[in-house]
Order: sequence, then structure tokens, then C-alpha cells
Amino acid sequence: MPKVFNTLSNQGQGEKSPEIKGIARRDFLKFCTITAASLGLPLNMGQAIADTITSKKRPPVIWVHFQECTGCTESLLRGTHPTIEHLILDLISLDYSETLMAAAGHQAEAALHKSIKENEGKFILVVEGSIPTKDNGVYCKIGGKTALSILEDIAPKAAAIVAIGSCASWGGLQSSKPNPTGAKGVPEIITDRPVITLPGCPASPYNLLSTVLYYLTLKKLPQLDDKGRPKFAYGTLIHDNCERRPHFDAGRFALKYGDEGHRQGWCLFQLGCKGPETHANCPVQLFGDVGSNAWPVGTGHPCFGCTEKGIGFEKPLHQTVDSVTPPLTYPKVGGTQQGKGMNAGGAAIAGVVAGAALTAGIKVTKALKEEETNS
Amino acid sequence: MSELKPIKGKIFTLPFFILLILSAIALVFIIKRFMYGLGAVSNLSDGYPWGMWIVYDVVTGTAIACGGYAMAILVYVFNKGQYHPLVRSALLASMFGYTLASVSIFFDVGRYWQMYNIFLPWYSNTNSVMFEVAACIATYILIMWLEFSPAFFEKPGSEKTLKKINSVMFIFIALGVLLPTMHQSSLGSLMIIAGDKLSGLWQTGFLPLLFLISAIMMGFGMVIFESLFSSVTLKRPLETPLLAKLSGVIPKLLIAFLIIRFGDLIFKGKLGLLFNFNLQSLMFIIENLLFIYPLIILSSQEKRNQSKCLFLSAASLVLAGSVYRFDTFLIGFSPGVNWHYFPSFAEIMITIGIISVEIMAYLIFIKTLPVLPDVKHA
Repeated sequence: MPKVFNTLSNQGQGEKSPEIKGIARRDFLKFCTITAASLGLPLNMGQAIADTITSKKRPPVIWVHFQECTGCTESLLRGTHPTIEHLILDLISLDYSETLMAAAGHQAEAALHKSIKENEGKFILVVEGSIPTKDNGVYCKIGGKTALSILEDIAPKAAAIVAIGSCASWGGLQSSKPNPTGAKGVPEIITDRPVITLPGCPASPYNLLSTVLYYLTLKKLPQLDDKGRPKFAYGTLIHDNCERRPHFDAGRFALKYGDEGHRQGWCLFQLGCKGPETHANCPVQLFGDVGSNAWPVGTGHPCFGCTEKGIGFEKPLHQTVDSVTPPLTYPKVGGTQQGKGMNAGGAAIAGVVAGAALTAGIKVTKALKEEETNS
Repeated sequence: MSELKPIKGKIFTLPFFILLILSAIALVFIIKRFMYGLGAVSNLSDGYPWGMWIVYDVVTGTAIACGGYAMAILVYVFNKGQYHPLVRSALLASMFGYTLASVSIFFDVGRYWQMYNIFLPWYSNTNSVMFEVAACIATYILIMWLEFSPAFFEKPGSEKTLKKINSVMFIFIALGVLLPTMHQSSLGSLMIIAGDKLSGLWQTGFLPLLFLISAIMMGFGMVIFESLFSSVTLKRPLETPLLAKLSGVIPKLLIAFLIIRFGDLIFKGKLGLLFNFNLQSLMFIIENLLFIYPLIILSSQEKRNQSKCLFLSAASLVLAGSVYRFDTFLIGFSPGVNWHYFPSFAEIMITIGIISVEIMAYLIFIKTLPVLPDVKHA
């Protein structure tokens, strides 16, 4: 076993140098470097991220759940680099999370208030789930308080606000028509300061992690697009990074589930894939750390546009997008003759050369034979 | 060292004029190529970007021009001084073969005006086989001219210069042996990249080694061929005894070549492709018969001493190596469905023109400079 690296468990002793506990130094630096790379940062940022993580004080994180399915948390639990226990025990200080904390009831509420009081202006607030606004937000209550009032109470005290998942980003599933609870996303309620949105159903846990580490390392928010999404993760269309893109360009489409094209792994555009309108890094980042193709399109299902407001939960699942149309003509692969073959001039001259060479050869052979018989 | 002397005779003979006309025709097509581009004169396409010019002028031409290299290995590495009289003429032929191969690249490369970038170290892609070939061949041409340079100074009045050149000659000779070893094998590596596009009959990781061995064999074959051919056409006495001795090396190389080749094919289970009876299998059979013929003839001491047998087997060997190169680069190569290539009239004429220039230059040099051994006419 390689030397094992002390995570941050004995920070109290003022030791910065890595020692024992569960993770090899190599793996740790690798993780930091990968994070830097997926953020599009220079590789030496890996060291800066490592320094941030190994610093004495772990950043406090408060994670609140509103109208949601806990899918985002579930997907975070299944992260393997780092594992959830490494994340919450070593990397961040997850002070409040209804899913993960052992405490319940008043005890849990007390922990929340204690942490907010102690870390005012320093903690990162992660919001999962949409916030019902209709009828003063009575449709979602925790400890007798509405989600709306909880958010309005905590948000101003946070150093940064992250809305994880589509629900928190713009309302998600609950905000679909007719939106009986008046569900809204965090940016629609907290309008006086930037909210980082990480839409997705569920959001990729690595996008959250990368965002948090970026903020902690550089003390600023990553570059965001006009919807508050970090550009490193939501900067490109799924369509542009899709492994099935060549099939789109060549006009090879699956038309029905299970048909020949579908089994061949052809483009899912005709099945209603929303990849051409959806910004996300799914084809690059993948899900579940199980290797290639582990994302919806990779498994044969069209993208349903979960990260894009107005597309996910809005457009019918199998309705084809109209923002792009497949090309009408395709480059030829085979079929007709390409390049120039044998021609009269070429053949004639080749024949002449061969003939001349043969004649010269015979002549010389004869001469050599004569010379031999003479001598 | 035996005496080398310019041979007597007029330069402007009838064959020389024929060669001159052929070069003039080529020149017209070359001008056309530079005015109207590659498509105007050649049948090169996206599927076959390498045609006649690369496969003959560069790949086959430099292998045929390996006489100088093969002789240098024999004389300087294996220290067989007895063959020294053959070295300079072999070197001369190699020098022209290589020089004109590099000239023909200028016709073949689409953006020839960018070519100098290869030699700017900060642009060099040292991971590229093509770079290795380009840089190595360019250096080797320079080295060969330096190696040959004493011929210019072996006359009264320039003894001092000659002495100076000869004192550093060992460096050039050493490089002259090293460089072809590098690029002749790299010419084989070029086709490894083609992967499955190259028929299993030719595609192998041993391509570099096979190209190297066959280049050396072709070099020896060419030395014998050239010597006998020029003896007959220039009416000089035959050098058969020396050549017969030299040809003794060839069967050993041939056996090594064929064992590696067929061993690899059998090991990979590709030998069955031989029985497809298409153009590829036919060419493979022809090619190997051409290799086996000199093996049988030259293995016999008695036949080796007959100039006719020697000539035929040398010709067969050179032809075999050439067909091997054409097969590997063109016939065994399939870029995809329905691609076709056969050199155009102009393409072939340009190559013929280059060969003509080569022969003319050779004739001028042997008639004005000390290249061939001095002989008393019978």
C-alpha cells in the first residue's frame, strides 16, 4: 500500500502534511487535478484545490430540501470520486441535511440554527427542490415554517447559494402546467444576488462538487451563463458532444425503439431527442462512474432536456425538436467510382515501358551468353 | 585502392538524345503541373494520395538506389576491401536516385512551397514517421554528395583539397551507412499506419524490417545489374568473378526475408489470403516467385559464375523488391469501396523523365569523372 494521506481529520493539530486516513495521496491529488480539468482550469490548479481541501477549516454547507424527490442527493450518494463519506466528512462540513443527518425534529432544527449563527456569511447554501409560492407557500412546510420563509430567512446569510437540480433552478417538474403549487426556482425568489443553478434531473454530483471547490479555491463564482449555470458544465449543447453525432450527420436514425437502427446505436433524433436544444455535459461527464455510455442517450433513450427550462417537463417526450434539422444530403460512402482507374494513355505507356525493359533485358542476356561462349 | 578513371566516349550519343527527348516531354508535364495543379496531370485522389510518384520515385527509387548503401555496409562495416572498385559507381547511382526522388516530391506535394518547414526544428514533429523519412533522406542526399566529392578533386592541382576531404570522410561514410538504415525501414513503417486498409498479405509489424532487408538486397542486385548492363552497353569487360562473389550474400538475405515474411503470415493465419485468386493474391505470388528465382539460382556456386544467370537473378531480385513496394503501397492498399487508381499518362511520363535525367547524369559523370575502374580494352 502506498503511504496513506491524512485527510483533514487531525486538523486540530495544525498539521498540513498529509497522513493516514482512508485515501492515498496519489488518489487525492488525482482527484484534485481531475476536478481542475473538468472545470477547464490549468493543471496547476490541482495543487491549489488540494491546498484548499487540506486547509484547517472545512467549509460549512447547509443543504435544504423543499419540493423535490431527493434524486439529486441520491445521485450524490453514489459518487465515487470522492465518495459521499469522504465528501461530507473530509472535504466539506455538511452541517445540515435532512437526508443525511442523524438528528431529527427539534434537534435537527437546533443544528441548523446553530450553524447559521456560527457561520453567518461563510456557509454555502445548497437548495434542492422548488419553492411553492401559491397561497403563501403552504404546500411545503418544515418545522412549521414554509419553504418560502425558510429560504428568505437563510439565503441572505449565505456566502454563496447553489440551486441543485432542475426544481431548485427554475421549478422543474412541479412548475409544469398547471403548476398547482405555484412552484418557483431559487433565482426567481432570491433576485438580489447571484444564484448558481445546476439543473439536471438529477444534477450531476460532479458539477456540484466542481462548483463548490472552484468557489472555495478562487473565492469567486465560476463563469455563469444568463441562467446562472456554470459554463464549464453547461456551456455546450449535448448534441455537439454526443457520441452518436456522426450518425446524425450521416443521416442514420433510430425510428422506433428496438428497430435495426436503435440496436445499431444510431442517432435518436427522430425519437424526440432534445440533445440539440439542451446544454449539459452529460456525454462527457457521464453518470454513476461505471464507464462509457452511462448516460441516457448512451443507453438508447433520447435526451429529454432536463437541464433546460421550457424543454424538460414541458415538451412532449417524443416530439422531435425543430431547432435543428438533419442534413438532406449526405456525403457518399462508396456507391460510385471514386478516383481514376486505368486509362488508355497510362496503359499504353506502361506497356511500352514494360516492352522496352523486356527487350533490353533479352538483348543484354543474349550478349552475356555470347560473351561467355566466346571466352 | 584500384585506379578509377573517366571512361572514354562521346557524351552525345543516340541513346542520350532519346533520353533528352523523354526528359523534355516530362518537363512539359511538370510545367503543366505547376501551372494547373495536381489534378491536371495526375490521377491522384483522396483515396490514393500516394501514386506513381511516391511509390516509384521515392519508395522504389530509393530502394533501387540502395547500391551505395549496400556496398558501404559490405566494404566499410564488414571490411571487405576487395569490393572497393564497385563502391563509387554504386554510390553515384544512389546519389542520383535519391536526389531525383527528393526532386519528385516537389511535384507530388500539393503545397510544395511549405516544404521548407520540415527543416525548421521548432516545427518538426519528431513523432512522425514521415518527418523521419523526410529529414533522413534529405540529410543522406547531402552526405552522399560529400561522400562522392573526392571524385571532383582527383585531378592534378587539387591534391590538398582531396587530402582534407579524405581526412573527414569516415564521418560521412558512417552517416552514409546509418541514415539509409533508418529511413529505408521507416518507409515500411509508413504503411503500418494504414492498418486494415492494407491487405493482410502485406500488413505486418515486420514491415520496417522487411523493407530494410529488401532494400539491401535490391542494392546488391542493382550493383550487379548495373555492372553487367553497363559492361554490355558500354562495351567494357565483364566483372563477373567479383560480382559472383558479391552475389553470395544475396541468398542469405533472401532466406532471412522469406522466413520472416512467411513465418509472420503463417503465425497470423493470413496465408489463406493467397488463395483468393484476385489481383492481390496474384501479385503476391508473382512477387514471391521473383524473390525465389534468385534464391535458387544464386545458391548454386556454378550458376553464380555465369554472367547470364547472374544478370537474370539480379534483375529478378530488383524487380521483386520493386513489385513488393508497389504491392505494399498500391495493390495491397484499399482506401475504401470503389476507389480506383492507375497512373495517368502524364504521371508516368514525368517519372520516365526523371529516370532519363538520372541515366543522363550518370553517363555524363562516368565519362567526365573517375567513377569506374580503369580497364585495358581487349
